[in-house]
Amino acid sequence: MHPAASVILFTTASGAGYGVLVLSPILLAFGILPADRWLGVALLAPALCLVTAGLLASTFHLGHPERAWRALSQWRSSWLSREGIMAIVTYGPAAAFGYAWIGLETASGGWAWTGIATATAAAATLFTTAMIYRSLKPIPAWATDWTIAGYLILGLLTGLIVITTVSSSFGFHPVRFQWLALALVVCAAIVKNAYWSRLAGTCRETEAMSGAAVGSDDGAITSIEWPHTEENYVLKEMGFRVARKHADRLRRATRNLLFVAPAIVFVVMPSLLPMPYLAWIAWPGAALVLVGVVLERWLFFAEARHVVTLYYGAS
Amino acid sequence: MTCLPQKTDRKLGLVIDLDTCVGCQACVTNCKEWNTGGHMAPLTDVQPFGPGADGVWFNRVHTYEVATPDGDSRTLHFPRSCLHCEDAACVTVCPTGASYKRAADGIVLVNEDKCIGCKLCSWACPYGAREYDATEGVMKKCTLCVDRIYNENLDEEDRVPACVLTCPTGARHFGDLGDPDSAVSQLAVQRGGKDLLPEMGYRPTNKYLPQRAKADHQTGAGPLAPLDETAGATGVLAWVDRMLTRAG
Repeated sequence: MHPAASVILFTTASGAGYGVLVLSPILLAFGILPADRWLGVALLAPALCLVTAGLLASTFHLGHPERAWRALSQWRSSWLSREGIMAIVTYGPAAAFGYAWIGLETASGGWAWTGIATATAAAATLFTTAMIYRSLKPIPAWATDWTIAGYLILGLLTGLIVITTVSSSFGFHPVRFQWLALALVVCAAIVKNAYWSRLAGTCRETEAMSGAAVGSDDGAITSIEWPHTEENYVLKEMGFRVARKHADRLRRATRNLLFVAPAIVFVVMPSLLPMPYLAWIAWPGAALVLVGVVLERWLFFAEARHVVTLYYGAS
Repeated sequence: MTCLPQKTDRKLGLVIDLDTCVGCQACVTNCKEWNTGGHMAPLTDVQPFGPGADGVWFNRVHTYEVATPDGDSRTLHFPRSCLHCEDAACVTVCPTGASYKRAADGIVLVNEDKCIGCKLCSWACPYGAREYDATEGVMKKCTLCVDRIYNENLDEEDRVPACVLTCPTGARHFGDLGDPDSAVSQLAVQRGGKDLLPEMGYRPTNKYLPQRAKADHQTGAGPLAPLDETAGATGVLAWVDRMLTRAG
């Protein structure tokens, strides 16, 4: 699949933003994060900026962005529509939660419900994003629950990296951040490895369908003439072929940036470094992870093979 | 509304005969000709005569070589267009309601005034039937010539899709595949009409008739034997053949 920059930016930026919106109410409720006004500003402002920037980025690739409001109408059947609605709905509890944290410096009592609602709505938004891809049968690489697990876990991981980096700059880094980072990095590594190890099998299954694609079970099908001399829309959008050639190298880079780098910077280093220095390495560490998640998302699209490529004899 | 109708009154569609199709591209050309002025007009072309020529087409004809396990091979011309599926995921994924399947005849259409050009429907189609018009910013697709088949300004025999009307070998047939007694349904049954990619579960309306088996003297491993001009001669011709061979 063609890896459109707008969709990659949308899913990674909003993923990290929703990750913050899922985790920060929970961390606040368990007293792991303090209900400090300025920490609230420093966390919720970038989270809402990431989410909003992501949503705006997702409209860049539309042919008619001015009609984007129509995309909220078909929630009965369309995961894309459901995602748009959930993304907008999440602003409601997030605003109330932000008011409690920043305005009242509290997350207890009745205000705890705003946190629960924010975390639930943000997690539901991540889920609906994943379901857009999960539900596309012609892209067998995506048609697996590992796709859902990947979007959720990477949203949480990048969200935690944002929370850790910002709060360590406030001189605040509890040891439980390390344990949470360790758990999320391990889960993310398991999920992505499972996704990748399944991928080769889906390519073989797709190739086995080349006869069924053209209604022939007489033998091996070789494409000898395309209907067009140049690439058409179908090939440009769904016949992306560069990534599969370099898949191993790019996956290695993704693993290093997305799993190894945060394991060193956010799991091991906090035990070795005193506080002020930790904040200094957290920012470059977070930058590495964000590059890693962009690379992961680029591969998610570029590696995924659409069944329509069968018609062009791609293998 | 992008929910699919529970049931359509008719299932209008095509039956395409892969045995008869010669890959002449006439259906492709007449489709473009009609539809660039039809319901989804225009079918924009970009750089039509320059490098990187591109444009919107609803019908594409591929050519394949099919190599059989016994070492034989044959050419397959394969026209590819919208199959107007019963479980059309291109419709259900549409977030705006621009894509819809008609309850009356099962035709899958796009309302261009509602389309935001998100392209998700083209991702949901395993057959590559939808093509995006970058100039107009909307998705376009085969309409089964909805503006021909009900068009009372045309003579009755012309009220068929442009591709069917123009096919010089009669490889394309149009009709109601929901009616088991219709000519197209009967043809599909007689010739073992196939669904493309049934694994996908889209239940396409259009059927493809597989190529017939080759005649016995045309099959076999490797290239066909060269014709021997005098083999099989009988009577006087056989006697002349023998005499001339001996004289040579």
